[in-house]
Amino acid sequence: MIGLQHYLTISAVLFAMSVAGIFINRRNLILLLMCIELMLLAVNFNFIAFSRHLGDETGQVFVFFILTVAAAEAAIGLAILVVLFRNQRSINVQELDSMKG
Amino acid sequence: MLHTILFYLFAAVLFIAALGVIFSRNPVHAVMFLVLAFFQSAVLWLLAEAEFLAIVLVLVYVGAVMVLFLFVVMMLDINVERVQGGLTRYAPLGLVVAVVMVFELVQIIWLRGQANTETLGFAATPEGYSNTKALGAILYTEHVYAFEIAAVILLLAIIAAITLTMRRRPGLKQQNISNQVAVSAKDRVRVVKMDAESNS
Repeated sequence: MIGLQHYLTISAVLFAMSVAGIFINRRNLILLLMCIELMLLAVNFNFIAFSRHLGDETGQVFVFFILTVAAAEAAIGLAILVVLFRNQRSINVQELDSMKG
Repeated sequence: MLHTILFYLFAAVLFIAALGVIFSRNPVHAVMFLVLAFFQSAVLWLLAEAEFLAIVLVLVYVGAVMVLFLFVVMMLDINVERVQGGLTRYAPLGLVVAVVMVFELVQIIWLRGQANTETLGFAATPEGYSNTKALGAILYTEHVYAFEIAAVILLLAIIAAITLTMRRRPGLKQQNISNQVAVSAKDRVRVVKMDAESNS
């Protein structure tokens, strides 16, 4: 019987994979954004699993809002990426050191 | 039984797609794997009887956000070899962190409730239950302020994306709106008083 724990396990493995992806793809800014999208997907799995377990739709409303904010974040992030590429001709994270941070 | 088989099948494809996102060298392939991952997640949410969000995930994420990603990846002329020059030196550390996270989370999820080893099931839905109807019923009543804030956030994203990517090109002919609005009839039309000329 598939239940709460199975969905939580999927969420945990997906989240860990995207964390590993952020470590591995530290050069490419687009892949970092994609890994963040995967992370948000893992969080949504948690919300849906608990919402269905407790029989309360509020968790699914949360997923709705997370989807909204993630879409806005992707749009602004990609706009920043386009401006960055236009100015620097590169999206390599290692070369973005003009602020000397 | 069929439910269980389908669950494990789609979960396996989801993990393969996530690995593809992480390890593919070409960003276009990574976007395609991410689309596959979103589709698998939508099916898993369907299996959990969260139908509305499954459809929204396909429509909004695959239909809009991933297409946006694809446009940006294809428009930016990225030198793939130079950007993806092998794994970084942090890659082993990342794998260690991921394995530790999975171990700890699975420990908490599965072994903590070992006293009763049965899986926690999902709440049964009553006859004639509509997920979309139930979501709409609380989205527009209890959470209506959050809903309006979400609308404002989307408007903000539109304005931010447009203002960030808009640029002035030299030599581009365009209107000066404020000058156009500030103009009055006096500046355009001059009424000249003159005597009628006699045509002799």
